[in-house]
Amino acid sequence: MIELQDVAVGYGGTELLAEMSLKLVPGSFHFLTGPSGAGKTTFLKLCYAELLPSSGFLGLYGQDARTMSRDDIAQMRQRIGVVHQDCQFLDHLSVAENVALPLTVAGKPIDGRELVELLSWVGLKAQMNALPPQLSGGERQRAALARAIIMSPEVIVADEPTGNLDWEMSLRLLNLLVELNKMGKTVVIATHDLNLIRQAKAQVSARVLRIANRRLQLAGADL
Amino acid sequence: MRLNPFSRELSSADRVVPPTGFTANLTVLTAAAMAFLAVFALALSLASGRLADRWAYALARSATIRISAPPEQMEVQTRAVLDALATTPGVKSYRPLEDDEMRDLLDPWFGPDLPVEDLPLPQLVELVETAQGIDAEGLRLRLAAEAPGAVLDDHTRWRRPLVAAADKLRWLGWLSLVLIGGAMAGMITLAAQAALAANGQVIRTLRLVGAQDAFIARAFVRRFTQRGFVGAALGTGLGMGAVALLPAADAAGGFLTGLGFTGTGWLWPLALPVLAAVVAYGATRAAALRMLKGIR
Ligand SMILES: Nc1ncnc2c1ncn2[C@@H]1O[C@H](COP(=O)(O)OP(=O)(O)OP(=O)(O)O)[C@@H](O)[C@H]1O
Ligand SMILES: [Mg+2]
Repeated sequence: MIELQDVAVGYGGTELLAEMSLKLVPGSFHFLTGPSGAGKTTFLKLCYAELLPSSGFLGLYGQDARTMSRDDIAQMRQRIGVVHQDCQFLDHLSVAENVALPLTVAGKPIDGRELVELLSWVGLKAQMNALPPQLSGGERQRAALARAIIMSPEVIVADEPTGNLDWEMSLRLLNLLVELNKMGKTVVIATHDLNLIRQAKAQVSARVLRIANRRLQLAGADL
Repeated sequence: MRLNPFSRELSSADRVVPPTGFTANLTVLTAAAMAFLAVFALALSLASGRLADRWAYALARSATIRISAPPEQMEVQTRAVLDALATTPGVKSYRPLEDDEMRDLLDPWFGPDLPVEDLPLPQLVELVETAQGIDAEGLRLRLAAEAPGAVLDDHTRWRRPLVAAADKLRWLGWLSLVLIGGAMAGMITLAAQAALAANGQVIRTLRLVGAQDAFIARAFVRRFTQRGFVGAALGTGLGMGAVALLPAADAAGGFLTGLGFTGTGWLWPLALPVLAAVVAYGATRAAALRMLKGIR
């Protein structure tokens, strides 16, 4: 599904991560940890082709990321749900419209009832008509998660999705992601929250990847 | 305004780009001003075209040679003139006027009973030129040598440079139209680029949720095409109104009073809003696709 072979990546010529080889197979559950500035967000950007490897092979849904056209990339992104760390929204559209944006963009019909159900799930039913600037940090993250899963994508990539949430809400979102994983979705979560990882490992067989010394490692049982 | 999530508007692709009041008005205003000017350029082209045609037609008419000579030389000089005309390039046909025709010409002044035969009237020779026309100076010199009493009267000749001028004016009118179209394309490109730059974050977000370039471009293109059309329609309406209010061409038929549309000519300006829409569409689409290339 997402495949890296000896991938190196960086910004403007300076290499940030190197020698990364990994397969994110369908139905797998991965956590990505590492100190701030290690390159977690950078790694996730590879997964939806916002960055291309400076060397090595990156396969997305069976396609070589380097040979994908702009429209190929757009279509691939419709099959990947992404929660970005900075949670960008269209500030002139309501929360509900923002959550439904991937459907609008893909030209798909919007089922109002499902939309409200999803918003209730992430606890944003009351704010569905609010504008994004009126949301708190945690509310933004929940809206971003709702937007990421509305197309029911095969892969869900979340960058610190619980960074601004209290423990209770974090667990609720984690449970949502675990449920989706049980339905066969591939999940990748970048997080600092070791409690969250422990909680997840109790429910699913999650693997933990750690970025250290510019390399991607499989974390041991120290968690 | 808050939106009901179940309303049809929710799925409207056009709304993904926020409304931009100021540049919108500016684009409409630009299109209106350009269309207003274009109406006059069009009127100028059509009017000078009509003028050139009318004058060119007048030019094609005959010139006249008048032979005034003592009666005993009349015959000889007329023959000399006819011989000269027979070998003059640019002459399509020629013939001496008969006495009856002379009488008809003079009738309004002297009445029907004029004894034409007894009057020392000049002999007139009418000649019709070919499309190239004659070399008037050459013919004049030749006539002076061979028939001193003959005078070439090419009273329509002075109009020839005017025809050329009218023709140039017509092309200047068309050129103005092209320039106006180019200026409009330029201004709409600038306005579209400003709108695109102001919405950089919106475009990046749309890209991240999987929007294709065509989808993003469409939101801008539709907007600017609409503004171009609406503005040009307003400007065209105003321009046509202004042209209609110009004093009508009267019998004196001066050039300025002839500036306007006649008959089906009124349909020409109606193409301007459509042209403006096409220009706006092309300019915005090019600007949008160019800008999108820079965003992954
Ligand atoms: N667009 C960019 N241009 C240049 N350098 C960048 C860019 N984005 C990130 N970096 C640098 O790359 C490094 C890794 O950044 P990244 O965002 O991947 O870290 P992270 O692991 O996600 O950190 P955090 O936990 O704080 O989110 C940082 O040192 C950062 O300064
Ligand atoms: Mg990060």
